[in-house]
Amino acid sequence: MTLSLNQKAALLSLLLLAVGLLVWEAAIPGQKPLSEMTEYERLTGGGAQKAGVPPPSQVIAKAWEQLSNPFYDAGPNDKGIGIQIGYSIYRVLTGYALAAIVALPLGFLIGMSPVAYRALNPFIQVLRPISPLAWMPLALFIIQDSEASAIFVIFICSIWPMLINTAFGVAGVRSDWVNVARTHELGPLKTAFTVILPAAAPTIITGMRISIGIAWLVIVAAEMLVGGTGIGYYVWNEWNNLDLTSVIFSILMIGVVGMLLDSAFGALQRAVAYAE
Amino acid sequence: MSKPFLSVENLTQSFPDGKGGTMTVFENATFGVEEGEFVCILGHSGCGKSTIMNILAGLAEPTSGVVKMDGFEVSGPSLDRGVVFQNYSLLPWLSALRNVMFGVKARHPDWSKAKVAEHSETYLSMVGLDGDAIHRKPAQLSGGMRQRVSIARAFANHPKLLLLDEPFGALDALTRGTIQEELLKIWGGTKQTVFMITHDIDEAILLADRILLMTNGPLARVAESVEITIDRPRSRTGIVEHPNYYPIRNHLVHFLGRRSKELAGQPSNGAPQSPETVRIDFTSPGPDDAGDESLRLRAVTN
Ligand SMILES: Nc1ncnc2c1ncn2[C@@H]1O[C@H](COP(=O)(O)OP(=O)(O)OP(=O)(O)O)[C@@H](O)[C@H]1O
Ligand SMILES: [Mg+2]
Repeated sequence: MTLSLNQKAALLSLLLLAVGLLVWEAAIPGQKPLSEMTEYERLTGGGAQKAGVPPPSQVIAKAWEQLSNPFYDAGPNDKGIGIQIGYSIYRVLTGYALAAIVALPLGFLIGMSPVAYRALNPFIQVLRPISPLAWMPLALFIIQDSEASAIFVIFICSIWPMLINTAFGVAGVRSDWVNVARTHELGPLKTAFTVILPAAAPTIITGMRISIGIAWLVIVAAEMLVGGTGIGYYVWNEWNNLDLTSVIFSILMIGVVGMLLDSAFGALQRAVAYAE
Repeated sequence: MSKPFLSVENLTQSFPDGKGGTMTVFENATFGVEEGEFVCILGHSGCGKSTIMNILAGLAEPTSGVVKMDGFEVSGPSLDRGVVFQNYSLLPWLSALRNVMFGVKARHPDWSKAKVAEHSETYLSMVGLDGDAIHRKPAQLSGGMRQRVSIARAFANHPKLLLLDEPFGALDALTRGTIQEELLKIWGGTKQTVFMITHDIDEAILLADRILLMTNGPLARVAESVEITIDRPRSRTGIVEHPNYYPIRNHLVHFLGRRSKELAGQPSNGAPQSPETVRIDFTSPGPDDAGDESLRLRAVTN
């Protein structure tokens, strides 16, 4: 039997997953399920403490339980995983969209004008290396609202890759293509949209893809700080409850959502790519 | 003498030479192109042909001097001057058809999309492109096909003046021949004014009404304007039979091989530098040529 490269890779992936899960399962000492314990055992904490790290079977059971009802809402400290992720995505997309609204036009300007580039470059160089979380205290103080502060942190961390890649992409558009626009008497706006934007699109989308990745990394930390809702808060809250099964489950969910966001931009990238 | 359709007056271009001084590419170049004329310009690499063309296109500013078309001074690029660049300059994210439509839309913003597409397809088929090839991106086309698209884009806009910078430079001889004949066919139908740079003597003789010869740079001059006294329609195989073909060809080879060097590097001292008109014609020998046993040329200064 001959298998395609993809089929072989998929089989190997499954195999690695199975082996990994088995090793993990085997490495955890056995533990009685909660239902088999006596009332006394449960009251003395026998259910949670003994093993520390739960085996994968428990995580899978947890995932099943959570994913079969992801949107329940039973008070501030007990919301479904879907709701928590929804909050996080909402914050990421809001901050990200605001960053795009600022970064794309500004990046265009910087890319087109050497003067603007030189004038703004020192600010970019100083502001860019600042950890987004370092802005948090200042944001909380000035904005006085934890929700808006989290969005601000997303805004500030996603703006730089978009800004820099847009400027870089726009500045690198081949002068031949700009000359084509010039010999066809296209105005500046028309040139920007019909020549420069498509020419720079692959670089711009790459910047946007990097940004969304960073934003998703940062939201978890930001929500741990501001609390209330979101997947970051959820992880922190479950840790405080010593519910490691939920912690591991939510870590996996963070990975899955991050992957989905990234592959959306990957698809966008393929759509605007061109060969010279 | 009335002003020609395109008139280049005292054009001077100098660039910084990188050592703090300036390098003058050409000085006070003065020549004209008549309406409907096909003019080729021949000269060694680096003499300033592309520089002249970029100025004619309005893409570059000369150091001094003016270019007038139809009596108006050229300032900046215009749809009236279509350009076919040496490297095709197709937009790689658009299909062949959309590249042509890009130009047509710019020319006729009021046309419906269907009309723009139909007009573009007509011109693509004139250069031998149809079927599924026109929906491919430039990266999926051969060099010859790309150049055809680029030519179709320029002709579809009916510019008053077409500027071609070594359009066939990167093509093999066979493809060159085919596209040259296609170019002649379209030009024959539209009678646009064409100004074309080339390195290929045979190509110039096949296509041009007149060939401008440039001396080597720096301080290059458009030294001669050689009339191609071979009647149209011409074909690659037909022209070599013409009695004027070899005399003209020899004259050009001689110029490029020897005289382009000998005539190079003379400062103009402020005088306009017009080319000398050279007319070589053995089909109807005039009385003063009758007793001339050697194949001498008849040079007429205007
Ligand atoms: N932007 C520029 N800055 C400085 N020098 C330049 C610039 N553009 C052209 N030159 C110089 O001007 C001269 C003429 O260049 P040009 O490109 O017009 O030559 P060309 O005749 O088109 O040559 P080729 O046949 O190789 O294309 C060259 O010596 C070149 O080095
Ligand atoms: Mg050139």
